[in-house]
Amino acid sequence: MTAEIKADHVSLRLGKQNVLSDLSFQLKGDKIYGLLGRNGAGKTSLLSLLASFREPTEGTILINGEIPFENDRVMSRVNFVYGRDQSSETEKVKGMLEFAERYRPNWDGAYALKLVKRFKLPMDQKVNALSKGKQSALDVVIGLASRTPVTIFDEAYLGMDAPSRSIFYEELIKDYAEHPRCMILSTHLISEVASLMEEVMIIDRGKLLLHESVDSLMAHGLSVTGPVEQVDALTRDLHVLKEQQLGRTKSVMIYGQLESARQSEFEAAGLELGPISLQELFIYLTEHEGEEA
Amino acid sequence: MHEPMNDGRPIFVQIAEHIENEILEGSLAELGQVPSTNQFAAFYKINPATAAKGVNVLVNEGILFKKRGIGMFVAEHAREKLIEKRKRTFFKDYVAAMLREAEKLDITKKALIHMIEDGQ
Repeated sequence: MTAEIKADHVSLRLGKQNVLSDLSFQLKGDKIYGLLGRNGAGKTSLLSLLASFREPTEGTILINGEIPFENDRVMSRVNFVYGRDQSSETEKVKGMLEFAERYRPNWDGAYALKLVKRFKLPMDQKVNALSKGKQSALDVVIGLASRTPVTIFDEAYLGMDAPSRSIFYEELIKDYAEHPRCMILSTHLISEVASLMEEVMIIDRGKLLLHESVDSLMAHGLSVTGPVEQVDALTRDLHVLKEQQLGRTKSVMIYGQLESARQSEFEAAGLELGPISLQELFIYLTEHEGEEA
Repeated sequence: MHEPMNDGRPIFVQIAEHIENEILEGSLAELGQVPSTNQFAAFYKINPATAAKGVNVLVNEGILFKKRGIGMFVAEHAREKLIEKRKRTFFKDYVAAMLREAEKLDITKKALIHMIEDGQ
């Protein structure tokens, strides 16, 4: 069954702090979603609501039409992988896999063993004796091999070195292609995962800033470079995210739909047009006043 | 590890271009089978929907065709069509850029033609 997640005017208050304010969105279908936000934006809080770790203060979350909180049927279909503290976990790697096998109905044991080999995890070692990177790799193995209809990876790569992260991304995309499911990736390493995601949500200070397909978001960003006067004259009425100047050359990053007639006008004026990466768009869209260089 | 898909242009455009190049260079023969979108996705570590979008661009142009339940294949005369298509943008993509650079470096048209003829 295809997963569907619906958030309707969801807010979360912890003590006096508004952690999430009035979020509404719908994740429809087995896609790979990216959840991006700066430190403290509320990413993990939102994901912990989806994973039934908490209840929203206001509003409702529905997963396949059901409220997930304290709901076994929904909880067994949602897997939340995050960089948890495992310093007191004395179970062995092998035991962790056996536990997952009992609890996860779609568990693929052969696949789990293949991943254990790829990540070079020692089956007989206790989890708290593993390095942080290996602990994360074990969580990733369990997250992938569980094949839960909703799989959430919240900075699941903590401590993993670049080759291990590369294995993670490779296995994630391969397994998703063969067993499509709803996957939500929350990450700060945007450039590493930009090409994996189909839709992206950006949250900023507890609010949903945007939810769009990666393609359409990328199509909204454009950098324009050329002589100062010309760039200023032609971009005056546009939403400028960032300006930089070097001598007589100015480069601005603009955000918004630009008609092709307008693009041709830029090109005719000899201005250089280029794309903006998802990472840059994210940085400038979530930059707050007083932070600019 | 392959990370070619980051020259800034949309990834599906780069996938389509990659398949075009394989056809032009002959490593994908006419009527031969094209790797599946899942294979492209795994190889380039991209979302399968993105890979499918790139493949569909070429289906719409009549370069590839789909055999239901079997996969994607290179159409007859695909190479010819691609050569025609690339020739149409050759001036804009390559010659115009070369002329601009030559002007910056004060290389005369005559010198440029000379370079092309001598191949150096």
